[in-house]
Formats: sequence, structure tokens, C-alpha cells
Amino acid sequence: MLDTKKVGSVMIVGGGVTGMQAALDLADSGYYVYLVEKSGAIGGAMAQLDKTFPTNDCSM
Amino acid sequence: MTLSEVTQIDGIAGDFKVTVKEAPRYVDVEKCIACGKCTEKCPKKVDSEYDAATGKRKAIYVKYAQAVPLKYQIDADACIRLQKPGACGFCEKVCDAGAINFNDTEKIHQLNVGAVVLAPGFEAFDPTDAGVWGFGVYPNVITSLQLERYLSASGPTEGHLIRPSDKRPVNKVAFLQCVGSRDENLCGNGYCSSVCCMYAIKEAVIAKDHVPGLQTTIFYMDMRTHGKEFDLYMERAKEDSGVRFVRCRVNGVEPDGSGGDLRLSYVNEEGRQLEEYYDMVVLSVGLQTPKHVLELAHTAGIKLTADNFAATSDFAPVQTSREGIFTCGAIAGPKDIPQSVVEGSAAAAAVADLLAPARFELTTEATFPQEKDVSREEPRIGVFVCHCGSNIAGTVDVKAVEEYAATLPDVVYVERNLFSCSQDTQEMITKRIREQNLNRIVIAACTPRTHEPLFRETLKAAGLNEYLVEMANIRNHNSWVHTKDPKAATAKAKDLVRMAAAKVTFGDSLKPFAVPITQKGLVIGGGVAGMTAALNLAEQGFAVHLVERTEVLGGNALNLKHTWAGEHVPSQLAKLIDKVTGNDKITIHKGASVTKVDGFVGNFSSTITDRNGATLVIDHGAGIVATGGDAYIPTEYNFDSITGVVTSVQFDKLFELKEQHVKKARRFVFIQCVGSREEGNMYCSKVCCTHSVQSAIALKKENPERNVYILYRDMRTYGQREALYKQARKLGVIFINYELHGKPKVTQNGSVIDVEVWDHVLHRPLKIEADMVILATAIRPQGDAAELGKLYKVPVDKQGFFQEAHAKLRPVDFSTDGMFVAGLAHYPKPVEESIAQALAASARAATLLSKSHISLDAVKATVDEDYCDGCALCVDVCPYNAITLIEKPAKAGGAGGKTIVVNKAQCKGCGLCQGTCPKRGVYVAGFTMKQISAQIQAALAV
Repeated sequence: MLDTKKVGSVMIVGGGVTGMQAALDLADSGYYVYLVEKSGAIGGAMAQLDKTFPTNDCSM
Repeated sequence: MTLSEVTQIDGIAGDFKVTVKEAPRYVDVEKCIACGKCTEKCPKKVDSEYDAATGKRKAIYVKYAQAVPLKYQIDADACIRLQKPGACGFCEKVCDAGAINFNDTEKIHQLNVGAVVLAPGFEAFDPTDAGVWGFGVYPNVITSLQLERYLSASGPTEGHLIRPSDKRPVNKVAFLQCVGSRDENLCGNGYCSSVCCMYAIKEAVIAKDHVPGLQTTIFYMDMRTHGKEFDLYMERAKEDSGVRFVRCRVNGVEPDGSGGDLRLSYVNEEGRQLEEYYDMVVLSVGLQTPKHVLELAHTAGIKLTADNFAATSDFAPVQTSREGIFTCGAIAGPKDIPQSVVEGSAAAAAVADLLAPARFELTTEATFPQEKDVSREEPRIGVFVCHCGSNIAGTVDVKAVEEYAATLPDVVYVERNLFSCSQDTQEMITKRIREQNLNRIVIAACTPRTHEPLFRETLKAAGLNEYLVEMANIRNHNSWVHTKDPKAATAKAKDLVRMAAAKVTFGDSLKPFAVPITQKGLVIGGGVAGMTAALNLAEQGFAVHLVERTEVLGGNALNLKHTWAGEHVPSQLAKLIDKVTGNDKITIHKGASVTKVDGFVGNFSSTITDRNGATLVIDHGAGIVATGGDAYIPTEYNFDSITGVVTSVQFDKLFELKEQHVKKARRFVFIQCVGSREEGNMYCSKVCCTHSVQSAIALKKENPERNVYILYRDMRTYGQREALYKQARKLGVIFINYELHGKPKVTQNGSVIDVEVWDHVLHRPLKIEADMVILATAIRPQGDAAELGKLYKVPVDKQGFFQEAHAKLRPVDFSTDGMFVAGLAHYPKPVEESIAQALAASARAATLLSKSHISLDAVKATVDEDYCDGCALCVDVCPYNAITLIEKPAKAGGAGGKTIVVNKAQCKGCGLCQGTCPKRGVYVAGFTMKQISAQIQAALAV
């Protein structure tokens, strides 16, 4: 493994809250990120929720 | 990359070639300004996926109002023109931007990446095909996701809860749990979806807020509210909101008459058949892996579990079966938002471990044009008024605000934007600043708390100092709170714009403050979480100090034998300890605790003290608290006096050693929730149900003749652990439910132990003769967690567990910058969740440690030497200890005396010093007296 090439970029498949968190942390620590999303916009399932427990914060 | 799917992954870890297929959008994203004219004209309506088919969308649409990117797309299957060339085409005709492109085609991209992270999520179980409880037949049977849309202000009814059948208000709602979960007959999903109990409670509470007097009942098998503060929320739902909970088996939902009402029949705990009537029935649908994700898993060549989730090890929870491909979120098992966010960060940590040598190779620093000096220029203010879709423009007359702004002093340019924060508007604002030679900007939109950083970047891109912008919050402070009075809202918007313009007139160019970062980590606690975090940081290339207060590494995991999935803990733990001790970037300090802390994010100095009182100061840029939890020592169930009553940890040891008493015993009783979920400790210890079920299975497997009972309150074998519960029942383990008010009684009776518990079915106490009673005892926080918390200024919650910055979106961050939390110190959790959280904490810490400097806001207290007379009043009021009194350096010809200095890294710019100072000797940059008085005068000048 020592001699194999390492590419400093990452592909993240899925632009929901999970994929976005992974993308942000990787981009913030020095990696180029491709965020691939199947639908027309990122946001995922959380964007469909009205409010979230426990503070009943708006999901958006 | 939207509308894109991965079709092929070639290569090996570190060097993959990925093929991505991008579907045509038929709208040019460079040209589309999301004005919405196309969708207005589009004649074709279809069900909206976003609204879970409760509402409609057009064939040309945006997914939702706040979508990123905010660009329209055409649904080719629904579009009249794309289905029949030559037809329709209205959108193309009305689009002023010329963005419609019916000839758009699919594109194939080949990308070279070092790692792939799969985060494709889940789909909600669709009860249509199975026709569960009349869904699809009776219009007032809806799914929980549909209810979520009905309750949402952006939903089809704008938050009004009305019945789909007749649009009448709803008075009585039933929630039916486990639809598409824990049920292999109807839906084929045997696992528990983990999140539905909690969301049903939340929806019931919120629905009651929307409709005063609404009656809500949740029909369930077990309430699985095992997450942090979930049980407290359930108690509040019961006691404060009046949500009713019924443990039962529902056996029918039928229409009652032709008016849309529904008759629910069920068998209660006493075995009686009952009927109730409801206006609306909500199915709490579970989570499952969609077909396209199964295809993705196949493309990626990763293994799946029997439940169709990505297979991972408990000791590498984000690593798939293929090296270099990681998972996070619901693809690896049903989970809630916090756990998904944790795994997102954990996957980032795992990737960073793999690709550490290539860090910064492909990234570039954002560069900005040379900043223009505007200090000698007359103010030229540009005002941008945001519609925020209809959020502002729906209430405020934005055109009137625009016209008014143009009349204000020094305002030379005004413009309205649909969304001032959108990417294209940002570029447009940059252009306008240059074209119009603007040197002060007012953004009349939303809150600076979320959006000011964005607009500062916009100014930087235009070569203007980033502090020459002022936001007038005409949304949160105005249109949202005055929806019923548009006239007053418009007047107030004008006031706010006038005040912002007055303030920005006197704005100065400020420079953010950069402090170097000590690129080292400190991890407190040498258990599984602490070691995992330390090892990951070290493998990312950072030096780490690991502090453990005992003399051994391993923590609570030293007591564990198997994970829920059956992996052997001692051998994995030994491997982890070897790796940590063998890593030359990790310095281990055993028998030591943190006793003193100085500094702040990027520059902490922690003093550790060993048993002999020797101290050592460790400088570090970030810290991870992984101090673990403690085992509850029971006082109940005669644990002290009966030798056959043991805790589960004790039992594991006896069982492992094949101790004679255990070996010979024939009758075992497990009692759940010992020290959990009761007054004073209203939280679930999360691991005990699964643990007892596993022990019961082992006992039965060893000797099927044994009688094994589990006395429980709610069986919380969440997620794919449900398979263990099923297996235990199959092996003949007897599960008996008890309530908090009817706890079992345990007494010694000669050589046997009598366990008495209320039998719900027979309506009388049931006496079980046992040889051994095993108490599933709680996980407690460390007794001195709050003391450590005080040193780092990080809080603990009511129970004594460390409190994260945000329950959902910042699950491993503390509100104190640079500090993170992982493992049992945060809340009880199983090994794989501790490891995921430790990786996440490491990833979050690495976002800091990978930088050489941290840029701090320029809004800091500043001393005006001419006025400060060293009275020191400000020193006492500063909550951050950022101000120090010093001797004034004696100037040539002048006297000495005292003055103050501000430690800018510690100052938060709160302004208490400015408010306290009687001499105007200290002010906060960006909030000078001149700016504030101009703002106040503008407020009064009507």
C-alpha cells in the first residue's frame, strides 16, 4: 500500500444531511469533494420535515 | 453535481475512477434566475415528491423553495413538450433569461478520487401495495411523512391540519406504529426502524400545538425512545401535552359510515377487543433501502446485511466490505438525524485516515482581489432588498421599501432580489459594487446570525472590506412576526433599512484577527472512544496526547465480551490498544487527570497532574472529552443481601468463567431498567435490552431446558437488533412486561429466589421461582464530569452527561470552540456508536488542526488611549477575562498612569465593557459610539 498513489479528492454520493456533513468536514480539512446528488437539489429527507425534536426547531 | 448517479467504480482505495451519469435538467443553471415564470405557465400538474403526494407540482419545478441550487428542472416524464415534440413549450416562451433547453442531453463524467463515501439515505416504506390499514383506499389514512407535510408552513395546507377527504378540521388522530417495521408478513422488513416512535411523539405534540383540543393517541408495541433526552420528551408529551399512549395490537381500520371517519379495532394488554373512532389515522412508516441504493451497492461492490443495509463491523462502523469505500447514515441501518450526522463526520475521519498523504494536494485557497481603500471616499451606499421568495415579499411591500431606500442620504443604488443569498445574486451584487463604485452595502433581508458571513464574502469578492456591510433584518424581526399587518410591516422595514444605512455610513474597514493554531490534539479518556479518536488523529498526521486517569487503557469495554452483532470485544480491544501504544504520534499519560486549563480554541494549555502530584502542561489546538460513563450499583431488588441477585456485568463474568452456580442453574430472571427511566434518572441506558436478550439466547443455547424470563418495560432492541429479540422468542425466552408503578419484587425463599410481577393477561401477580436474578443496571455519567466541564467551560446536562452544542446538527461539538465530545461521556451507547462518535470528534478536531492559523472576527473591544484613564470598571464586567489593567507606557513628555489591554483572542465582542465605560475609553470595532448613535438617531427620525 505504501507505494500506491493517493488522490486528494473524495466523492460523496448523496446530498442529505449525512452526505453534506461528510462533505463539509472533508473540504474543511483539505480535501477536494465531489458531492453527487440524484435529485435536482441537495437537502435530502430532512428538508421534508417540519420541525425537529427536542427543541421543535424548524428543520430547514 | 445534481441529477447525477454513480454508474461505475473502478480502481482501488486511494485511486478510484468513478463514472457519473448526469441526467439532463433541460434548464441552463447558468442562466436560470429562479423567477418562477415558467412554473406559473406550465400547464402540467403531477404529484409532488417533496410533499409526499399531498400536494402537486408542475412539470417544470424546483424541489422546494429553499432548494440548493435554486434552479428549475423539467421532469421529462411529465413534460408535454418532451413527450411530444412541437407541443406546449410555454416555459421557453416566458423565460426572459432564455434558460430553457429542450435539447439538453445526458452527460457522462469520469472522475478520479481517492475515496468514495456512500450516503444515499433511505426511503419511507410505502404502504400502498400492501394496502396497510386501508392506505390508498381510505383517504384519511395517511403516512407520517404526509402528516409532516400537512403540519409544515411550506406544505400543501400551509400548516393547517385538515382531512384529505372533506377538508374539515381534525379533532382526533391515531398514530399506528411499526408500519413497514418489525413485521415480516405485511412488508418484509423484520428490523425496527429506530426513529418512528420518536417522530410520532413529536408529530403528536406539534399537531396538538396546531389544533387546540386535538386528541392524539399513539398505538404501539414498545416505545423505543432510547436516544438522548427522548424519554424526557415522551414524559412531557404525556404529562404536559396530553398525548395518549396505548400498548396493543391493532387488528383493523375500517370506515365508519360514509363521512370519512375511521373505526379502529385493537386488542389491549388485558386481551380485550376494543374499538375507537378517529378522524384521521397516521401510519408511522419505517425506513428502508430504496431500489436505486441496492443498485448503487451492487455497483460499488459492497456487501449488504440480510436486512439490505450496508454491512459494517462494529469496530469500523463506516467502513464497507470494499476498501476505500465508506458509508454513513441510513444506508448502514435505520438511524436518526444526530447519529447520521455523527456518521457523516466519522466517514470524513475514515477518509482522512486513508488519504492523509494527499491532504491539500487538490484544494486551493480562495483568493480575493486586492482590497480597495475607501477611507477617503464619500459614502456611496448600495441597498439590496430581498423578497426571500414570499417570506418577505408576501407581507412587506418590497417595491415601496426599494423606492424609499433610494431617497435616503448617501444611497446611490437600490435593487430588489428574489433571494439575495442565492449564488447568482451574490455574483450580481459583486458586479454592481464594481459598476456603481459602491463602498457601503445594506442587505435588507434576514438575520446576520446565519447570513452575514455570506455577504461579507460577497464584499471581499468585489474588493471591498468585508465589514462595510450592514444587514437590516426585515424577515425574522418583521415579515414573520407581522404577517397580519402588511402596512405596519412595510413601515417597519423602511425604519430598519434607514437605521442600517445610517450605521453603515460610519462603518470602518476592519481586519480579521489571525492567531496561530497549535496543531496538536488532547484526548481525555483512554477507553474505546478516546483511543479511537487519538488513533485517528495520529493517523491523520497530528500529534496527540492521550490522558487516562487509571493505569490501564480500555475503559468500560474491558467488561464487554461481545457486541450486539457477535464480534469479540477483547480481541478487538487488544488490537486497538496495541495500535495506540505503538503509534509514535501518540503520547500516553496514564494515572493522570486534567487539573487546570488556560487558553482558547487553537491555543489551549491544559495542565495534567499524576498520582504523585507531578504536573505537566500540554499545549493543544483542540480537545476531545471521552471520559466515559460509570456503572450504576443497585440498591433495589435486595441486590445487597441475596447472592443470586447480580448485575449484568457480574453475570457476564460468571457465565464466561462457567461458574458452577450459573452452570447448574435452571431458572433465570432478567430485570430491565434498573436505575434507568425513573424519577431522577429519566433516561434510557440504551444497551441493556439488547444485552439481556443476548445473554438469554446464550443461556438457552447452552441448555434449552432452562427457563429464562426477561421482565421489561419496553423492549428496545432497536434497528437490526430486532433479529435478536425474535431469535430469543423463538428459543423460548419468556418476555413479561411490567410498568414503573408495578416493579417486580425479589425475595429470598430458602434456596430459591422468588420474583413476583404483575401479570397483565391473568390480572394477578405472577410468582416466578428463580435460581438467579440478573439486573440490567444503568449507565451513569462520571461523578466528576461537571468539574472537568468547568475547566473547559463546557456544560453537562441534567443527568450529568456532557451537553453537545446542538442535539441534531452539532452532535459532537461543544458550544466552546475547539472542544468535542465522544462516547459514554455524552450518553449511554453501544460500542459501534461510541466509535463512530469518536471518529466524528476526530474529524471535527481535524478541521481545526489542519490549519496553521485561525481567523477570528474583527468585532473586538478596542481601547481608545486618549480617553481610557485606567479606572478598571470594564475589567470586572468582562465575562471572558479578556481585559487586563496595565501601567501605561510613559510617553515622551507625558505622564504614566494606568490603562487596559484587550486579549483579542479571548474577547467575544459582547460590548459589556463599552456599556460600562464612563469615559468612552473602550469600544467594540464595528459598533462604535458614532455608528450606534447614528443608528438610534435614524430610528427616531420619522
